[in-house]
Amino acid sequence: MKRLVALFLLFAFPLRAEVDITPVTAPSGLEAWLVEENSIPFISLELIFAGGANIEPDEQAGAVSLMTSLLSEGAGDMDAQTFAARTEELAARLSFDSGRDTVSVSARFLTEDAEAVIDHLRLALTEPRFDEDAIARVRNQKLASLRRDALNPNMIASRAFARTAFEGHPYARESDGTLETVAALDRDALLAAHQGSIARDRVFIGAAGDVDAETLGALIDRLFEGIPETGAPLPDPVEFEASAGFEVVPFDGPQSVVAFGHSGISRDDPDFLAAFVLNEAFGGGRFGTRLMQNLRVERGLTYGIGTFLSAGLLGNSFQGRVSTDNQNVENVIELLREEWAQMSDEGITEAERERIVTYLTGAYPLRFDGNSSIASIMASMQYQEFGIDYVNHRNDMIRALTLDELNAVAERLFDPEGLVFVVVGQPVGLN
Amino acid sequence: MFARHLAFAAFLPLALATPAPAEPVSHHVLDNGMEVVIIEDRRAPVVVNMVWYRAGAADEPPGQSGIAHFLEHLMFKGTETMAPGELSAVVEANGGRDNAFVSWDYTGFFQRVAADRLELMIEMEADRMVNLSFTEAEWLPERDVILEERGQVLESRVGAQFNEAMLAALYKEHPYGVPILGWRHDMEQLTGEMAMEFYRAHYGPNNAIAVIAGDVDTDEALALAEAHYGPLPPNPHIVQVPRPSEPPHLAARRLVFEDARVGTPYVSRMYLAPVRQSGDQSEAAALQMLAALLGGSSTTSVLERRLNFEEGIALSAWAGYNGLARDYGVFNIGMAPVDGVSLEEGEAALDRVIAAFLEEGVDRAQFERVRRQLRASEIYALDDTQRRARQFGIALSVGLKIDDVTGWIDALEAVTPEDVIAAGQMLLDKRASVTGFLTTPETEQAAELSQ
Repeated sequence: MKRLVALFLLFAFPLRAEVDITPVTAPSGLEAWLVEENSIPFISLELIFAGGANIEPDEQAGAVSLMTSLLSEGAGDMDAQTFAARTEELAARLSFDSGRDTVSVSARFLTEDAEAVIDHLRLALTEPRFDEDAIARVRNQKLASLRRDALNPNMIASRAFARTAFEGHPYARESDGTLETVAALDRDALLAAHQGSIARDRVFIGAAGDVDAETLGALIDRLFEGIPETGAPLPDPVEFEASAGFEVVPFDGPQSVVAFGHSGISRDDPDFLAAFVLNEAFGGGRFGTRLMQNLRVERGLTYGIGTFLSAGLLGNSFQGRVSTDNQNVENVIELLREEWAQMSDEGITEAERERIVTYLTGAYPLRFDGNSSIASIMASMQYQEFGIDYVNHRNDMIRALTLDELNAVAERLFDPEGLVFVVVGQPVGLN
Repeated sequence: MFARHLAFAAFLPLALATPAPAEPVSHHVLDNGMEVVIIEDRRAPVVVNMVWYRAGAADEPPGQSGIAHFLEHLMFKGTETMAPGELSAVVEANGGRDNAFVSWDYTGFFQRVAADRLELMIEMEADRMVNLSFTEAEWLPERDVILEERGQVLESRVGAQFNEAMLAALYKEHPYGVPILGWRHDMEQLTGEMAMEFYRAHYGPNNAIAVIAGDVDTDEALALAEAHYGPLPPNPHIVQVPRPSEPPHLAARRLVFEDARVGTPYVSRMYLAPVRQSGDQSEAAALQMLAALLGGSSTTSVLERRLNFEEGIALSAWAGYNGLARDYGVFNIGMAPVDGVSLEEGEAALDRVIAAFLEEGVDRAQFERVRRQLRASEIYALDDTQRRARQFGIALSVGLKIDDVTGWIDALEAVTPEDVIAAGQMLLDKRASVTGFLTTPETEQAAELSQ
């Protein structure tokens, strides 16, 4: 017999994240978190604007997404070609992204060009042109992407799950809109989406790299000159409302994609951290989780299975995804129900708790490994309302969770009777 | 490349940038032939530990396609002293992550952990380099896993299936035409014994490269490598078996891939191209610059600007070059037409724009912008140590040397506009190419509409 995991406890040293975060207040009052690191002469800057697709009316679904894609398609006196050429001359890397809850901007630029890049980026944020030819071109790309998504079983599953979970709320919609709504978006809708999204009252700013606090404050004010104080109001929060059971969406392919889950837990709930730890042990997308061990390693039923806590700005869910051959679907669903029941009844074991705590506390410092990743973490920590000292306490809080506390939360979080399954494929035996 | 699990699967395209020598990089050869590359980056207390084997899908025996990838999965099933899954469990218990990947030319394994756990990682890699051991109870369900993997990442993605068909048509004899994951009918017949034979034939210190990158002192890291990899005996079975080479390509190939799951039809063309040669990368560098000018930007590159912005007939258009392979590279171009423009028209437009580009020459302003970005990319690349480690691993696996990697940006900067145009002439000769249409089955669609 081979020995098993004797090495585990030997290496459970506590590790601290070596991250020195400076809170920066720009002269105008805007705040940012900075991790200064001068060894490489460039700066990473990350902006998160809360709101995202939630702010758009139903009939303009996709407006924020199209607007965000158009921010780099011409601004001020530059058309799309000129704007892109200028970005290249500055050797800056700018990206604009949007989702259900946020619009985000990532910028990487050389220290020596910082002011020129900030001026360039400000134009994109404050004076996007939304030229008719650019709108038509990018809208066509979005429509093509929606047509592809409509034939992608993963996307079909996610959309069907959101529709049933949050009916009647913006969360039930697809952030990229539909073929009908996107085709109908005009310049006015884009201007409204822009005005509603890009505002000082909802921005969270992270920075890392070759810049000091004073310089960063000045750069931020330079960037936000002309950006309005307030944006569009956010809709009300929503409860997860799907009723348990399963829905089959017929789709012709060798495998089925299964989206499964039920209501989740809010990020400001005192039990959230425990729920996070439980999910990491149960299905958190790594190799060593219970679900990967039981469905992949032992039974060969799938290449990958994972679960996640979706804690959004306006609503929460606890979901998972798995792909499996059509003839395995019934078996997989049965196994998932059993796994769920076991978590609800018995929770995790002390050995599992020790393993996951060691993993999570050891892995945490490894996240802070480059300017780009650090800037992004700095912005998202503020967006998620963590305190600036969270980095230094987070591992202690995880270690302090007892098995009883965790398993009480497991009983609350895992609801085998409430599981919703959306199956996209040609599952055998389900109808 | 195909990863052992999906979290790290997004490794594919190597952009223009390659790391610069601004941070210390050193190269060593142990007495048993194993190579060791050490990259110091002391900013964060993290280390990436990798072992690369110069063996991949292109080294598989006929009829055993997928065996290199199957073995990569089985490398996690234990050794004479480690239980199945123990290696990953130990990495995880140390707060680290591990994964593996396989391509035609190489198979790689890596862990990313706190820097003070490096020795444990090296110890475990040394162990499985020579002591792999597993039973049927372990390999049998894993064969189902790789079949599920093929179902999920290939057969459920029509673009990936199209790509597989394109490569199979591009290569007449060389094994780059066989998919890395393997053909399904071969995969169904693979056994643990076949994997073990592949292991015995290809794994060992004399066919391996260690890359250690991050918060390490070069001397200390080298001492650890010597202590654990050094005592391993060279594998006498390892011989560089020459691979079959391509016969002259005398006829351009065409294929049409029809599938109801195609959302955006597109045309793609692959050309057989030279690879980066150790000591002389100028030809490859010219092709890389050609790809950057034709397709490096989604706005300003030649194909996008002409077909999307000016003529309005493409949703997008692209060009790319991969010269990081042992035997053959690929240059590819393609475009997705807007509604109302056929794939035939799209293909003709691609050819027309490329011919005009080669005729008119390089736009100097665009050329300068690409060069300016090259220089900046040297700086940005220093921020991502794991990516740098991977690039050294790939390069050494396919026969390049450290100097070729650190000199790549220089080679790109030495390319002149005239070199680009000279290199681009290969795009006019379609005999060594395959052109594919990915599209929906027209007849079926018409039938549905009439119902």
